[in-house]
Amino acid sequence: MVSTQTLKASDLASSGRGERGVKSLVFMTLLWLSLVIAILFLMTLITNILLEGFARLTPALFTEYPASDPDRAGARPAILGSIWVIATTAVLTIPLGVAAAIHLEEFADKKRWHNRFIELNVQNLAAVPSIVYGLLALAFLSAIGVQDKNIVIGGAFALSLLILPVIIIATREAIRSVPEEIRQGSLALGASQWQTVWRNVLPSAVPGIATGSILALSRAIGEAAPLLLLGALVFVSFDPNGLLSGFSTMPIQIFNWTGRPQEGFHELAAATSIVLLVLLVVMNGIAIYIRNHFQTRW
Amino acid sequence: MTTQDLRDDEPEALHELAIELERKARARSIPDVPVGVMSCKDVDVYYGKFRAVTGVNLEFGRNEITALIGPSGCGKSTLLRSLNRMNDLVDGARVDGDVLFMGEDIYRKGVDPIEVRRRIGMVFQKPNPFPKSIYDNIAYGPRVTGMKVDSMDDLVEEALTKAVLWDEVKDKLKQSAFGLSGGQQQRLCIARTIAVKPDVILMDEPCSALDPIATMRIEDLMQELRQDYTIVIVTHNMQQAARVADRTAFFTALADKGTGDRTGVLVEFGRTTQIFEDPRDQRTEDYISGRFG
Repeated sequence: MVSTQTLKASDLASSGRGERGVKSLVFMTLLWLSLVIAILFLMTLITNILLEGFARLTPALFTEYPASDPDRAGARPAILGSIWVIATTAVLTIPLGVAAAIHLEEFADKKRWHNRFIELNVQNLAAVPSIVYGLLALAFLSAIGVQDKNIVIGGAFALSLLILPVIIIATREAIRSVPEEIRQGSLALGASQWQTVWRNVLPSAVPGIATGSILALSRAIGEAAPLLLLGALVFVSFDPNGLLSGFSTMPIQIFNWTGRPQEGFHELAAATSIVLLVLLVVMNGIAIYIRNHFQTRW
Repeated sequence: MTTQDLRDDEPEALHELAIELERKARARSIPDVPVGVMSCKDVDVYYGKFRAVTGVNLEFGRNEITALIGPSGCGKSTLLRSLNRMNDLVDGARVDGDVLFMGEDIYRKGVDPIEVRRRIGMVFQKPNPFPKSIYDNIAYGPRVTGMKVDSMDDLVEEALTKAVLWDEVKDKLKQSAFGLSGGQQQRLCIARTIAVKPDVILMDEPCSALDPIATMRIEDLMQELRQDYTIVIVTHNMQQAARVADRTAFFTALADKGTGDRTGVLVEFGRTTQIFEDPRDQRTEDYISGRFG
């Protein structure tokens, strides 16, 4: 039977509780305010750096070496050093982190206490302050008898420890987002578990892994603390040229220049910050692009 | 149904009649006792301490379609998954008794579950194509199992043709399988299973996620596949069992009087015509006539 009851025009009218009610309005305003404050601070910071450093954003910044005269100084070794360290970190961390995540997610028996213990600790390690990893790297390098600890491989080692948990967690998320039906479909065709992971799960997870790794590396590229502990050089007058080469990085150079009394060095620090920021924006942009264009939608 | 019931504008009715006639013809052609490719001897399936299925004896006849029907929780899907060791993937799953495949117990020590699953394929409830091209979906099985293949192109075409999908996809083999409709995806999954040349195909409610037209096409396909393969299908849809299956096994859940634990048992197994027209067990009759379940 069809209902013959009809609505009065007023039945659907606003009762003051809905989306346009006073309470909702106040709440929305508060939310917007929080957002505005956050954006405002960021904008102030960026504007400040741009105003201060823009004049120094010259080719000399990329070609010159640190000097006692700000007008002749540049950040070339720091920029190259950052690239060297980050590239080495990526090579060290990504295979290890992905392998660890695959083991934890696909092969480890989650009922065993030691596997659960490892899982818990990976989560915790992601929250450990970066300077602790610097200490650990320092201790490790001393233990194996390395004299000069400020070398590319040493810095990369410290940063690898720092972002390894982040990459493991990101990879596990990516692997977990591959539906169980896909694994079952593969196994039901007579594929081994290893083939299933290697040929089916992992390719589907690559965009997530790439995104997570890039974001982790962009965290590492901005770190100064662990590298300072290793005795990072601030006055490098040569290009790093290998894993055992001494190096400086952009954050260290910025840190050093900011501490100098001359105004010229502050401007150089701001200019280097711009370079670092642009690099970070580009890296995050790549991560977002990969996520949006290559992720499988199940 | 007779031909008088048919009008020109009822192609589906015509289709139903064709299936009905085919089924009758087939009922005459299958042997009284199934010539088994696979069989279960006193099979119990456990999940940890919980006994999901108890004491099943079944024979799956060569080139026959056997339907497993019964109310929810009667263990029919559990039993199906223990037929190709897919249950191994569930923590605590264990099988007692013998699941014989061509005379060999597939749970015997030293049997490789990977080889078992290649010989005994499975099609799932929800179509689960891989996030790859249509071509690579089909080629995946032969590649991972290291099949000796003269021409992968021919093999892909053959599998798609057998699954009655070739004409629809032959111009877009390199496109993602995700672009296909649900029914096409399920036929792709069947083609993928055929590509590794199994002996038995297990189907776990293969049409439950599909619309009636797609369901009809899969059912037609099953009749085709029956020529070459032994098929076991779990279905919630009794009409489907009546339409496609040569033999039907009816399961139900029994509650233990002491503990109250429920376990699945096989109630009756026979020709589909006999199960639906002349059930011997009262419970089968009640279920078939819609009085429970």
